[in-house]
Amino acid sequence: MEDTQPALSITQDPEGLRVTLRGTWTADALSAPAVWLGIEAQWRTVAAAVKAAPAVVWDAQPVLRMDHTGAQALWNFWSRDWPEQLLAEPIHKALLERVARFSVPPPPADPMDWHVMLTALGRKLAGVQSHLVGLLRMTGQLLLDCVQLARHPLQGPWRDVSGHLYRIGATALPITALVGFLIGVVLAYLMSKQLRQYGADSFIVNILGMSLIRELGPVLAAILVAGRSGSAITAQIGVMRVTEELDAMRVMGIPKGFRLVMPRTLAMAVAMPLVAVWTTLAALLGGMLAADLSMGLTPAYFVSALPKTVEIANLWLALGKSCVFGVLIALIACHHGLRVKADTQSLGEGTTASVVSSITMVILVDALFAVVFKSVGL
Amino acid sequence: MSDAAKAMVQIDKLWSVFKTAGTATVIHQDLDLTVAQGELLSIVGGSGSGKTVLLRQMLGLETPTRGTVTVQGRPAAELGRAGASSRVGMLFQHGALFSAFTVLENIAFPLRERGTLPPALVRDVAMVKLQMVGLDPKHAHKMPSDLSGGMIKRVALARALAMDPPLLLLDEPTAGLDPDSADAFCALLQSLHRELDLTVVMVTHDLDTIFELSTRIAVVADKRVVLDAAPEAVVAFEHPFVQDFFRGGRGRRAQALLHSPSNAG
Repeated sequence: MEDTQPALSITQDPEGLRVTLRGTWTADALSAPAVWLGIEAQWRTVAAAVKAAPAVVWDAQPVLRMDHTGAQALWNFWSRDWPEQLLAEPIHKALLERVARFSVPPPPADPMDWHVMLTALGRKLAGVQSHLVGLLRMTGQLLLDCVQLARHPLQGPWRDVSGHLYRIGATALPITALVGFLIGVVLAYLMSKQLRQYGADSFIVNILGMSLIRELGPVLAAILVAGRSGSAITAQIGVMRVTEELDAMRVMGIPKGFRLVMPRTLAMAVAMPLVAVWTTLAALLGGMLAADLSMGLTPAYFVSALPKTVEIANLWLALGKSCVFGVLIALIACHHGLRVKADTQSLGEGTTASVVSSITMVILVDALFAVVFKSVGL
Repeated sequence: MSDAAKAMVQIDKLWSVFKTAGTATVIHQDLDLTVAQGELLSIVGGSGSGKTVLLRQMLGLETPTRGTVTVQGRPAAELGRAGASSRVGMLFQHGALFSAFTVLENIAFPLRERGTLPPALVRDVAMVKLQMVGLDPKHAHKMPSDLSGGMIKRVALARALAMDPPLLLLDEPTAGLDPDSADAFCALLQSLHRELDLTVVMVTHDLDTIFELSTRIAVVADKRVVLDAAPEAVVAFEHPFVQDFFRGGRGRRAQALLHSPSNAG
């Protein structure tokens, strides 16, 4: 084992200084722990001796094996120039010659200066514009596709729609129920502490009913679905780009708007309000139980008081809002999916951008709804 | 050295069975194959005959249903551990470059992962490998998505050779290359084979490459290696697939190459 380690040694010959190389000069041997440090230390002593000596013979004949990494290391030691006298096996010499021929510094990477940064900023702004244009174009295409579907309903991609309904809606039920239930419990518990101070226990129904039905239910459901199904849609369409399935569809004349975007958007528009109602119900159930436990407010009272305190208009508003959220999530997810380029990094970036922008969009649009419908159901 | 006599790859009584939805498909049945050091072995066979599966099993990416696959005296399953890149290099059919890295980073990756060599040396070695496979240094900072299919293949070969492993596995190395590039590729492989004492196992359909490079041909058909012989002997073998593959129109042209004076030595 000891003699296969790469090593350098100096001997004084009658005709001058002789530097002998031994061991295996391979990537594997050189990259073993601590070997490289040893070689460098030996090299420093050799370099000091060589500098003073008039004639030096480099003897690489005892080298057992050499590969390109070893040859490159030697070449770098020689400061990229041939020594005057070199004894080496022909195959090792061939390796050194190839390294000598090919050894060039890598071209400089693009320098980072204000000009590059300014260009990058401009490119980002142009990117925002292209996103907006892309979304607008996709919305327009969606409307056209919906018109076409309305005219020939039997030729619609209904199997796709039902598949997406199952994946977006039905499979989301457990997680949305769990999250909704816990939020309901926590809200009711915190509220009960505050309300008790004022002796306003029965107002828990008003607070829970209004906040859950009108705001939290739809928004919670939308955020969960954006994270679950929005990312899935982007990843799915993005992978279709990577595997050239999108190009294949285009060549076969299958419109991607009609077959990819519309079924997902329709399914999302139908599933989202249902999931929102489901989440709201779970949250109300949680709130009702927590109110019973912490304040002794019976479920019977809760159920009878709820319709009196929360107008039915709030429910319609929530349903409409959820439908809009669903369409937005689907459109943003499809948009980002179709913009994925054919590499893995872009796929990851697209999925992240899709989830982040759809959640942001959901909250923005929710605020918009709150302003526009401030006189409805309050 | 006693290593010379030792088998690089040893496959014994290999059974590969794929089970999908209740039906089992037998790919290999009692398959034996030995690759000695310094050989250039071509594995030939029809589509679906399990050539690529064989390569994947040599790499330890797939576990055989029964039988053993030994690479350099150790079970192939051990290859997945650290340090494998210095033992086996693999050129995947579509390159399998890391798309988040530049060309240079891709080639330097196996060396850099060791973490012991100085970055400047690693970069120099990567530059040498880049030019060794016939690519211009100016491509060093490009991303894989900016390269053509042939260039991706070359970069992938450079990456497979980064640690100069003694065994190189190639899956369809010349598919997607133009004839000139394919010839240059063959010449490169031959010189590497000579200088580094490389053992090469390749799966290919390219008869020119097969006859120009291989020292031995293994024909996989009927779920086993039906023939394992020197290129000259393969042609005479009586087997429907072999006859069709090597003695059809394409085969005759390729053999003309084998017997041409330029290739006699």
